[in-house]
Amino acid sequence: MRDLMKSYTIEVRLAVVLALICVGLSIAAPQFATLPNATSLLNNSAVNLIWAVGLLVVLIAGGIDISFAVASSVVQYVAAKMLMAVGGGNWVLGFLFCGSLGILLGLLNAWLIHGFRIISIVVTIATFNAFFGLLMFFSGGRNIYNLPDWWTARIFIFEHENAQGVWSELTLSVAVMIGCVVATWALIRRTNIGRQLYAFGDNPEGARRAGVNIAVMQGVAFGWMGLMAGIAGLCQVNIVKEVVPNALYGRELDVLAAVVLGGARLGGGKGTILGCVLGVMFVAITQNGLNLLGVSPFAFQMIIGAAILIAISTSNIDLSQVLRKKEVRS
Amino acid sequence: MTTASAERFALRLHKVSKAFGGVQALNKVDFEVRAGEVHCLAGENGCGKSTLIKVVTGVHRPESADLIELFGQRIDRITPVQARELGVSVIWQDLALFPHMSVAENIAFDDLVGLRPKSVRYGEMTTRAGKVLERLGVRMELGAPLHSLPIAQRQVVAIARALMNDAKLIFMDEPTASLTQSETDRLLDIVRKLSAQGVAIVFVSHRLAEVLEIAERVTVVRDGNLVGVYPTEGMTQARLGELMTGHHIENDVSARDLPDAPVAFQARGLSRHGEFHDVDLTIKAGEVVGLTGLIGAGRTELAHVMMGMRRADSGDMQLNGAPYRPKSVRAAIEQGMAYVSEDRLSLGLLQKQSIADNTVISVLRKLTSVTGLISESRKADLVRHWIKELGVKIGAPEDPISTLSGGNQQKVVLAKWLATDPKLLILDSPTVGVDVGARAGIFRIVRQLADEGLAILLISDEVTEVMHNSDRILHMADGRIQQEYDPRTISVPQLEERIYA
Ligand SMILES: Nc1ncnc2c1ncn2[C@@H]1O[C@H](COP(=O)(O)OP(=O)(O)OP(=O)(O)O)[C@@H](O)[C@H]1O
Ligand SMILES: [Mg+2]
Repeated sequence: MRDLMKSYTIEVRLAVVLALICVGLSIAAPQFATLPNATSLLNNSAVNLIWAVGLLVVLIAGGIDISFAVASSVVQYVAAKMLMAVGGGNWVLGFLFCGSLGILLGLLNAWLIHGFRIISIVVTIATFNAFFGLLMFFSGGRNIYNLPDWWTARIFIFEHENAQGVWSELTLSVAVMIGCVVATWALIRRTNIGRQLYAFGDNPEGARRAGVNIAVMQGVAFGWMGLMAGIAGLCQVNIVKEVVPNALYGRELDVLAAVVLGGARLGGGKGTILGCVLGVMFVAITQNGLNLLGVSPFAFQMIIGAAILIAISTSNIDLSQVLRKKEVRS
Repeated sequence: MTTASAERFALRLHKVSKAFGGVQALNKVDFEVRAGEVHCLAGENGCGKSTLIKVVTGVHRPESADLIELFGQRIDRITPVQARELGVSVIWQDLALFPHMSVAENIAFDDLVGLRPKSVRYGEMTTRAGKVLERLGVRMELGAPLHSLPIAQRQVVAIARALMNDAKLIFMDEPTASLTQSETDRLLDIVRKLSAQGVAIVFVSHRLAEVLEIAERVTVVRDGNLVGVYPTEGMTQARLGELMTGHHIENDVSARDLPDAPVAFQARGLSRHGEFHDVDLTIKAGEVVGLTGLIGAGRTELAHVMMGMRRADSGDMQLNGAPYRPKSVRAAIEQGMAYVSEDRLSLGLLQKQSIADNTVISVLRKLTSVTGLISESRKADLVRHWIKELGVKIGAPEDPISTLSGGNQQKVVLAKWLATDPKLLILDSPTVGVDVGARAGIFRIVRQLADEGLAILLISDEVTEVMHNSDRILHMADGRIQQEYDPRTISVPQLEERIYA
């Protein structure tokens, strides 16, 4: 137990807080703990979580990415144009196309960072602006409604009608999200590539001396982020059934906040999938709860800000050490 | 020389050169290590020892080299992975470990390196890491994150990592710098065993006694140039120190009596549960009190309480006659305390900041002019003063700390604290990794500061160091001050016997 506390301090703490919030909300807002609310919460979090696991990989490798949400928009736009041009395509083609375009955009970031030795925040702010500028220029800011049928079709992986005739459904995006979470977990936890990413983020010079290929690590981290951005873009179109060029602009900071809240360390070497999922759910549930309680959306922003400050400033206090002191004394 | 070619060499370097900007770190150096030999690489801080290791292991590419040969195989271009596959492993001076990874993963990490995807088997990793630690006779929580360990244990982890993959040539860059005597002895035993099995060891250490004990031959380098290769048989520490620095170094007991000096610091009945008990300690102004004993005796813990990092459970302290109860490190510094900690490499320096900024960081307030801004000229003066005083070997004060050799980084930490102009200076193992010449320089300054009235507590494992540089010696063991000695009436072997008994 103490071992668990030691390696997963932040995760355990976040889980406890999240559980308390859920209990509180179930009492305060009767609609909260219902199946329809839970499923819509998951549907609405799917895209954020897909981005979040991608960003987690970048943070672990010691980088940061600001450009991923806009990259998703770029992927959506280009995919919509290209797929219509080849006669519509299908899901397989959609995944392949969006995934590879996303990876390309990610590799562009990696190349700029590694090739020119510019820090990732500067590079991705630049690509964020470049992607968005180009997108607005070519799209003229106009939405695209003319999309292949398969892309906008509603596909449910779970359906249920309750006694009052209210439907609860989970969309395809949730399945994709679960796939992305599991794949990312496997990458960073179960493969030697993932462990080298941690090492590189933790001590770049140490990793270099051990023979870790730094260029490839940057490529894997940002490529993975790009892949996730591509997939997230694909899913988001399936949810909203249109391509709105500026729809995702600004979402990156919410995702970054959630991932940091989940214990990923800015500066690299630390972060878990569990923490990342908890962080995203924390943000989603707080927002959902405040909505149900009829609180102003600005309060939500404030609360997330405060939560991040508390999480970061208390994460230096090692809970397990406090416990051990108690044991010694008693 | 005909016999030489018949011998088996683990490593041969001919005329290897490497420069960093204007600094010639290696200048046409020849270096040869026979298979199964323990070979010491000696030289002052910044003479190029670590650079030589990095060139051989492919971390740095040399500017020019007539020959690099590993196990009889000529090598043109080498990568760290190739070097490891050939059978070379390294204990890095700065450890080069991963703070947020577990102990087990740190030890077994090299197996994970490479681009061919492999699945990670944590169970197997833990077992293998455990076995290596067993060989070292150390028990450690294998799942704990590395950063939760004290520096000495991190050093053990780095050693275990180098022993993991049955290497044929092991570079040990100051492996004993933060080890206890018993851990050091165990490492030296392992070195002997490995050597008997045919493993070649290149040993770097500034503890010359250790060097002469373990090595068969020693290669001396000065300022990137080869001085010569010598058998250790018949070599003395004094002679070796002379070869390294190019001049003779005096070392003698320097104890004095200070009957009239006022008491600067006094502690009575100081205790902290599980760390130290009932400690009485008096340090007069101008006095150097040596505090020695085995690691774990409670010396560092005592220093932490004196510096306000932790609170004592009972007992009281006085500084210059007034009650002294520091609430924080900051409060302690403001009252005139300074502390050069034993873990200075990770705690004391901002690696990416410049040498100059690191030197003045603790005295920024003193450097502000009437405008409230930092006076650049005063800052430059101060930095120049300490660099010269301590003989820090640097390119320019604006270079980042990380470009300095290990020993020179430590001198900067010392400079940083001396610049605060303290009343009581605690030196916790101040010369770990510092070369003989610079040690003499540091203690000359310490003596000088004492003569000016500074009270000094010198914590050190090295008996000769406290013998030569303190006025009184306190022996601490099991959290208690056991006995006081006068350096003038006891000899080094006698004192060693009492401590290690
Ligand atoms: N990456 C670097 N950039 C610039 N200069 C460097 C770099 N690495 C080493 N140097 C310089 O090269 C010289 C040799 O350094 P090196 O680390 O090899 O010394 P060393 O013999 O290992 O010293 P020590 O005993 O203090 O560890 C020093 O003057 C150092 O400042
Ligand atoms: Mg060195």
